[in-house]
Amino acid sequence: MTNPTNLTYCAEFDSLFQHQVFGLPALEKRAALMPVFNALHQHHLACSQTYARLTHGQPLSFRTPDELPYLAVRLFKHYSLSSVPDNEVFRVLQSSGTTSQSPAKVLLDKATSARQSKALVKIMQNFLGKQRLPMLIIDSPSVVKNKALSARAAGIQGMAFFGRQPVYALNEDMSLNSVAIEAFQRQYHAGPVLVFGFTFMVWEYFVRALQIAKQRLSMTNATLIHSGGWKTLVDKQVDNPSFKQKVSEVLGIERVHNFYGMAEQVGTVFVECEHGFLHAPSLAEILIRCPYTLKLQKMGQSGLVQVLSSIPSSYPGYSLLTEDLGRILGEDDCLCGRKGKYFEILGRLPKTELRGCSDTMGAG
Amino acid sequence: MAVKSTMSNQQKLVQAFCDALGVSSQTVNDELQYNTIREWDSTGHMVLVSELETVFNVMLDTDDIIDMSSVAKAKTILAKYGVSL
Ligand SMILES: [Zn+2]
Repeated sequence: MTNPTNLTYCAEFDSLFQHQVFGLPALEKRAALMPVFNALHQHHLACSQTYARLTHGQPLSFRTPDELPYLAVRLFKHYSLSSVPDNEVFRVLQSSGTTSQSPAKVLLDKATSARQSKALVKIMQNFLGKQRLPMLIIDSPSVVKNKALSARAAGIQGMAFFGRQPVYALNEDMSLNSVAIEAFQRQYHAGPVLVFGFTFMVWEYFVRALQIAKQRLSMTNATLIHSGGWKTLVDKQVDNPSFKQKVSEVLGIERVHNFYGMAEQVGTVFVECEHGFLHAPSLAEILIRCPYTLKLQKMGQSGLVQVLSSIPSSYPGYSLLTEDLGRILGEDDCLCGRKGKYFEILGRLPKTELRGCSDTMGAG
Repeated sequence: MAVKSTMSNQQKLVQAFCDALGVSSQTVNDELQYNTIREWDSTGHMVLVSELETVFNVMLDTDDIIDMSSVAKAKTILAKYGVSL
């Protein structure tokens, strides 16, 4: 597309993309990110009437991420918001929200889709290296055959860039495909492999299923990447430490990285480091707001998570207020050496339960 | 196999695109770009990558996969691994 706001944005994004993905300390990161966010703001003002209406009265540019307008993620569950002409939409991403029955619809043009892949690869390379690894997918092969692209299929397709000769560990009915799993282990026992799946699937259909079958694997050369949220596991009293402990016990995998990311912001994922913290890459930012006043919380205080992504130009979803609760634990000083904010997710905002906006909320 | 061994690398490349994406050889020219035809979507892309790896006996990394946005780009990337095209 050749409209001027999009050209400005593309130039700013390219220059941001040159930086190391976890190499920017706070002030440098802000200096690199704000031109991109301001360009996205102006682009969506010009191209999305809905965005223009929702941000009516706001200035054209901002100094800091917290000054930028944000849309409630819920909006994307009810409307298909677009900043491109219909004939440029080349993919519609569906995601069934965990709380809402109506699926989120995210309209992608080619440029946004390409940036999603580029960003995901750049971020994941930081944890997996550049080489592609034999990949065991904890899902059934039928998930990617469905024409309507579910968030699950899109997630698998995104991670497939890191795999070679992918093997699906589950049958159509979600039972263990023991033959495939054994063959995979036999063939690749000597070198590094990648195991990928959705958190709930890994737990229920792999770890638990193996436990019930009284089987143990020893995938000591594997890295497990998983994502998709903890909601169903929290109901089963499974948190990240106990998840990792069982993964180690039953699968023999010690390198485990969860990642947090919105279906509305595919590409800019927040990956858990070796010390167990989720990290904001240079291409994205996280803010925590008070659920009542929506004012910015201080570091360490829990509140609603706002995510900002440098990627979406085909739909006005670069700055979203989620329904997740989280807490920023530090910035630029994680022991893993990555710059930027690191944080934890504490669950979802209870729908009916509105408690005080204290720094202990949700933190237990 | 006897036929394949007498093929030039250029012919092998075209054949790999045809086999992986299920398109005719007329479709495969330098200008053909990723995501511009239905057959070359992200799923087709991974099949293509693995076909190119087998045909030319190379191992492509994740940067290569992202960069391989056209037939011309595929040639540049393969050249990096010593495949003359
Ligand atoms: Zn860290």
